[in-house]
Amino acid sequence: MNQDDLTSIAAQTKQSENRYDHVIKVCVAAGCLSANSEQVKTQLESELKQRGLETCCKVKGVGCMGLCAAGPLVSADANELMFQGVTPADASAVIDSVVDKKPAPAAIVMDSQLDFFTGQKKIVLENSGEIDPERVEDYIAADGYEALFHCITKLKPLGVIEQVTKSGLRGRGGAGFPTGLKWTTVAKAQGARKYVICNADEGDPGAFMDRSVLESDPHRVLEGMAIAAYAVGASKGFIYCRAEYPLAVKRLRIAIRQAENNGLLGMNIGDTHFDFKIEVRLGAGAFVCGEETALIASIEGGRGTPRPRPPFPAQEGLWKSPTLINNVETFANIPPIIRRGGDWFASIGTDKSKGTKVFALAGRVNNTGLIEVPMGITLREIIFKLGGGIPEGRRFKAVQSGGPSGGCVPEQYLDIPVDYDSLASVGSIMGSGGMIVMDETSCMVDVAKFFMDFCMSESCGKCVPCRVGTTQMHNILERITQGEAGPQDLDLLTRLTSMVKAASLCGLGQTAPNPTLTTLRYFMDEYRAHIEEGRCPAGICHPAKVEAEVGA
Amino acid sequence: MLPTQKTISPPSEDKRWKIVDGMMRRHGHEPYALIEVLHTVQETFGFLTDDALRYVATSLRVPYSRVYGVATFYHFFTMKPPGEHTCVVCTGTACYIKGAPVLLNAVQEAAGIKQGETTPDGKLSLLTARCLGSCGLAPAVVFDGQVAGKITTETIKKRVRTYLESETLAEGAHK
Repeated sequence: MNQDDLTSIAAQTKQSENRYDHVIKVCVAAGCLSANSEQVKTQLESELKQRGLETCCKVKGVGCMGLCAAGPLVSADANELMFQGVTPADASAVIDSVVDKKPAPAAIVMDSQLDFFTGQKKIVLENSGEIDPERVEDYIAADGYEALFHCITKLKPLGVIEQVTKSGLRGRGGAGFPTGLKWTTVAKAQGARKYVICNADEGDPGAFMDRSVLESDPHRVLEGMAIAAYAVGASKGFIYCRAEYPLAVKRLRIAIRQAENNGLLGMNIGDTHFDFKIEVRLGAGAFVCGEETALIASIEGGRGTPRPRPPFPAQEGLWKSPTLINNVETFANIPPIIRRGGDWFASIGTDKSKGTKVFALAGRVNNTGLIEVPMGITLREIIFKLGGGIPEGRRFKAVQSGGPSGGCVPEQYLDIPVDYDSLASVGSIMGSGGMIVMDETSCMVDVAKFFMDFCMSESCGKCVPCRVGTTQMHNILERITQGEAGPQDLDLLTRLTSMVKAASLCGLGQTAPNPTLTTLRYFMDEYRAHIEEGRCPAGICHPAKVEAEVGA
Repeated sequence: MLPTQKTISPPSEDKRWKIVDGMMRRHGHEPYALIEVLHTVQETFGFLTDDALRYVATSLRVPYSRVYGVATFYHFFTMKPPGEHTCVVCTGTACYIKGAPVLLNAVQEAAGIKQGETTPDGKLSLLTARCLGSCGLAPAVVFDGQVAGKITTETIKKRVRTYLESETLAEGAHK
C-alpha cells in the first residue's frame, strides 16, 4: 500500500458513509456492552430492515462516548442527537427520532450540550465514539496512518523526533518523562536490534483510560508505535496488555491483522524499506509489571520483578537491547502531533505540561466516565463542571489521583491547575489518569488502608523496604481502624513512610506511602478521632475501644 | 542431558493438550513463551495442575522451579479448580468506595464462602479482581464471565442463590 491507496480508501469509505442520510452510532466499548448495547445494535438493525430504511440509515458500532454511567449510549447525526440508557425496546423510538424527527421519550434523551461533553478537548479520543474500532477503513477515513506515511516517506528519523520534542509531550504513564528525550536516547543507543514496547498494563485500580483507547481506536496506538519504531530504528514491537481486558486484546489483535493485511505493518511498509511487526503479550495480573524493568522481565517470560536502573531500558532493555517503552496514551498522542506539528501541540496546555490528558472520572461523582481535558484545567472544573458535582447533595471530601502511587487532594486545593508539577506540589501525582472522587461517606484512614493493602499484596517481594515496610504500615493502619492504636503509632507510621519512600528499589515502593502521607497531612483529624476518641467520623470503621483489651 | 522434543508426551490422552502444544509450537518452544503458554493451559483446562506445569517446563526447557515461580507470582493464574459458577467482585478503588466490601459480605452471608473460596459442593467460587476498568459502572461484578455494573446487595444475593440452587451439571462430579 502506498499514499495513493491510502487516499483512495479514505475517499471510498467516506463516500459509502455519505450515501446514508443518517448514521446511528451505538457504543460497543466494554462499559456499554455490559449494559447490553450489542442487543440494542441488533435490534436497531432489524427494526430498520423491517421498515425498509436500511438504505437511508446505517447502524454503526463505535468506541467509548465517555459517559459510561448513562450507558448504553447511542448518538446520531454528528452527535446532535444523543440517547442514554437505551434498551432494545427503545429501538423504534430512537429511529423515529432520528429519521422522522419525532421527539423521543425524555428518559432516553440526553443533552449533547452537557458540560461533560462541551468542556472537553479531544485529541487522543478524537475518534472514540466516532469510528468503528474493528474496521481499519474507518480509521483511514479519519486521517489514519497518514502521519506514518508522512514520516516514512518525507521525514528522517531525527526529523520525527524533532517534532515530538518540540511538542513538549511528556509520558502519560504517570511519571511525566519528556517523550522526545526518551526517543532521542533510544535512537542514539547502540544495538543491532531495538524494540518498541507499549505499556498497556493499566494496573491502577480506578483507571480505565488505556482500556478505552485500545477498545475504541486501536489503530491509533499501532500507528504511534510504528512512528516511534521508525524514529528510533526498531523493527519489532510488543504491546503488553492486561489479561483482564479481553475486549481490548481482541480488538488489538483484529487491528494488527488488518494492518498487516493492508501493508500498514510488516515488511516494506508503504513500499519503503521500513519493517515493523507488533505482537501482543498478555499480562497476568501483577501491578508491579507496570514498572518498565518488571514489564520487560515479564515479556521475557519470567516473574515480573524490577531490577535497579541504570542501565535504563533505553540502553539495555528487552533481551539486553535498547528498548523504548511508552504508555498507550503517549503513543496515541503521536499521530496528531506529526499530522499537525509539534508547535500546534505545544500551544495547548500549560508551560511545562503540554497537550491534553485523559482522565477516568469515577467514585462519588454524578457523571462517571472518561474525559479528555486540556492540561491546566482546575480540579474544581473537572469535578463540579464536567463531573456534575457530588450525588445526593453530599459534601466533597477529597479527590484521589494517581492510584496507589498518588495522593488524596482535599478541598482547599481544588483550584490548583491539573498538571504534573502542581499535583506533585500537593503530594499527589498526575498518574496515568484515574481520578476517584470521595465524599463524606469515605473514611480517609480506611482509604489509606485500602491502598496500603493493595501495595502490600502487589509488592513483588524483591526488596525488603517495600516488602516488609508496606506490611508494617498496613498493620498500623489496620490497628488504627480497629481502635487498637496509640498516639505513638502515628510517629512510627510517619517514620516508616519516609523510610519506604527513600529505600525501595522501584516506583511501586517509592510511591506506596503517598496515599498514607497525604491523608496524614490533610486529614490528621480523622486519624486522631480514631485513636483518641475511638470514633470513625465517616462511620466506616469500628474503632470503639474496649478498655479491658487495651494493652492486653 | 536435555530431553529432545520427541520424547516429551502430554500428561494424559486429553485432546486439549493439542491446543497447548500448538501454542508452544507457534513460539518455537522458546522459554520466553512461558507466560503465553500458561495462559493457554488455564484457558483450556480452567486452572493449572502440577502435571501441566511439569509438562510445560520440560517442553520449553525451563526449570520446573521457574515455572512454579511464575505460576504463583501472577494473580491471574490459579492452581485451584474453579467452581461451576464464578462470581468475581471488583475491589478496585471506585468499586471499593461504592461498596464492594458490602457486596463481599453479602455473598459470604448467602453462600458461606470468603473470597478465594469455593462452596463445598463446587457450585460457586467467590473471587475478587483488582480492577476491571469498569469504574464508570461501580460497583461491578463479573457473573460467569459477564460484567454487570451498579450491583446492589439484593442483586448479588439473588444471583448467588440461583447459582446455589441450580442443577449440578454432572451429579457427583466433585465427590
